[in-house]
Amino acid sequence: MSRFVERHPAWALIVIIAVAILLWLIFAVWPPGLEEAVGRKRVFLNAVFNGITLGGLYFLVASGFTLIFGLMRNVNLAHGSLYLFGGYVGYAISTATGSWVLSFIVAFILTALVGVLLQLIVFRRMEGQDLRQTMVTIGLSIVFADLMLWACGGDFYQVQTPNWLIGPVELPLITAIKSSGEPVYLRYPMVRLVIFAASVIIGVAMWLALNRTRIGMIIRAGVDDRDILAATGVRIQLVFVLVFAFGAGLAGMAGVVGGTFQSLSPGEDIRFLLASLVVVIVGGMGSIPGAALGALIIGLAEQLGSVYIPTYAIVVTFLIMVLVLAIRPQGLLARR
Amino acid sequence: MSLAQDARVAVRPATMAQRAVRTWPEINDPAAWVVAIILLVMPLIANGFFLIEIFASTLILGTMALSLMFLAGYGGMVSLMQLTIAGFSAYMVAVFGVSGNANISLGWPWWLAVPMALALATAFGTLGGALAVRTEGIYTIMITLAIGAAFYYFTNQNWAIFNGHTGINTVATPHFWGVNWRADIPFYYVVLAVAALCYFAVEYLSRAPFGLALQGVRDNPRRMAALGFNVNAHRIAAYAFASFVAALAGVLQVWNYRQISPGSVSVGACIDVLIIAVVGGITRPIGPFIGALIFVLLRTFALDFLVRVGLDGNRFRLLIGLGFLAIVFWSSDGVIGLWQRWRQSQRPAANRPGGGRGHG
Repeated sequence: MSRFVERHPAWALIVIIAVAILLWLIFAVWPPGLEEAVGRKRVFLNAVFNGITLGGLYFLVASGFTLIFGLMRNVNLAHGSLYLFGGYVGYAISTATGSWVLSFIVAFILTALVGVLLQLIVFRRMEGQDLRQTMVTIGLSIVFADLMLWACGGDFYQVQTPNWLIGPVELPLITAIKSSGEPVYLRYPMVRLVIFAASVIIGVAMWLALNRTRIGMIIRAGVDDRDILAATGVRIQLVFVLVFAFGAGLAGMAGVVGGTFQSLSPGEDIRFLLASLVVVIVGGMGSIPGAALGALIIGLAEQLGSVYIPTYAIVVTFLIMVLVLAIRPQGLLARR
Repeated sequence: MSLAQDARVAVRPATMAQRAVRTWPEINDPAAWVVAIILLVMPLIANGFFLIEIFASTLILGTMALSLMFLAGYGGMVSLMQLTIAGFSAYMVAVFGVSGNANISLGWPWWLAVPMALALATAFGTLGGALAVRTEGIYTIMITLAIGAAFYYFTNQNWAIFNGHTGINTVATPHFWGVNWRADIPFYYVVLAVAALCYFAVEYLSRAPFGLALQGVRDNPRRMAALGFNVNAHRIAAYAFASFVAALAGVLQVWNYRQISPGSVSVGACIDVLIIAVVGGITRPIGPFIGALIFVLLRTFALDFLVRVGLDGNRFRLLIGLGFLAIVFWSSDGVIGLWQRWRQSQRPAANRPGGGRGHG
């Protein structure tokens, strides 16, 4: 971080000012002139919170994608299918048993198993042929999408939120001052905050596991040079299988999250595939912190865009991607 | 640049270079003449349904896939946005020309609207290409897929220009010289002419200095850069040409269906174009057309076929996906590769053709 400030003082200044303005917008009571120009503060705060929590969901999907890509150079275009599969599994479990937490566990395990099978049966046979692997994932995504359409139909499903998470919670953020001088606080759905907290915890745990444990060290070494790693006697195939399973499992878990605060239907797989593509292009391929930063930026851009410029919202997301590719083609936080 | 070019050609055995560079391979190939004659007299053989739904559709899709084949086969860049460029051009024809949505369409005559659409779509594709070449190899797929998906969601959201998810309907088709060019037989010939033009343009370009340099860039960008070629300029130029081909196909497509909606530029459709090119084979310009014929036949008859076998008729995409997987698994060169391998196994090794069409 300090190196970044030393190297690019102008950029650092711009980033600091932008963050300061954002924080002021969130915490200050808006003067009436601003409310007239931009709209109610409640709308803005809701959009920001939706954006941050959506960013948490995007992070869950994209971190698995970027981990698989970083280690195996496999652009897994079936990642969106894994997301949707996890969501359907989670829906089935939560309606059958009524347990929300169990649905996460089962979705994680089953999607991870699918990942293991994919790695063992398909990708292991065409190691080093990046383009062919990617083509195969395209074919697989078509087959999976049609199989899921066959099994689940074209309906919308929503995973039931458990009772202890239903309802809004009052946050210590003032949205407005009533004429009586009494402050109005922001009310926000509990479940979204819990899910966001969980994705932060998962992100931090992943970062710790990658940077502080032996298996993390092996994975990082594999990202840098997998041939040398294999030559040092690490059973690289096992590492591949584990990483693929973990990345797929994360996508499956994200499916349950997405099914809880949005809905599951055919077509969602493509949506989340696009989201993870854009997130890792913006954040940097193969970088977990990059996925977190990219997910936050894209989530915020999408939600703020859909509130303030509804018919051009997707263009904002896209422009961010173009801007990053133009300035820093390898992504914001990629090392190379 | 020309010096470097000469040096490169001289490295090859002289006879092969002469033959591969100078002649049109079709002229001596009886099969090509037979196909050409069949295509020309097709309206005598086939009725309206087969003529438009099968053969004109095949030629339009084949032209789109041809633009992908040019990029992937000669440039080594797998672009998933070729359908998006075609769709953009189709939308532009509808927006600038005459359509049922008078509040959106500007009502220009077709001879103004079509060049405008072609120019804009080519510019769009070139810009997308300029973005995509900033990264290498496999990233191209991701970036072009992101562009395609973003365009699909944009057309869905935007009502001012693209009329949201209903799209633009009853697009006018050209009438001049007393001919309704959207009537089955004239339209078939228009499509055939455009497809043939694009096919021979790709074939010519693949043996022109530019195409050879592009293939050099595909095989070894570093060496080409050391020889003095501007690698990225060649790649972007390839995108520009491929975008123009795709844009032509887009114009034909909107005239064919007379409407354009986000469904026509969906991500699934983008991937279909890749499937067509890969199933046909991305090493030769004829591959995409073969792939398109297989795809269109499957799309049209799979329902009947599946029902007759006793399966659910809606599983057309499953069939397509499995077929694509099988091709990717067993033949990296699509149907053409299978055919060629079969031919080679039939004849003794000494008799093999000396790479008559083996450019690249």
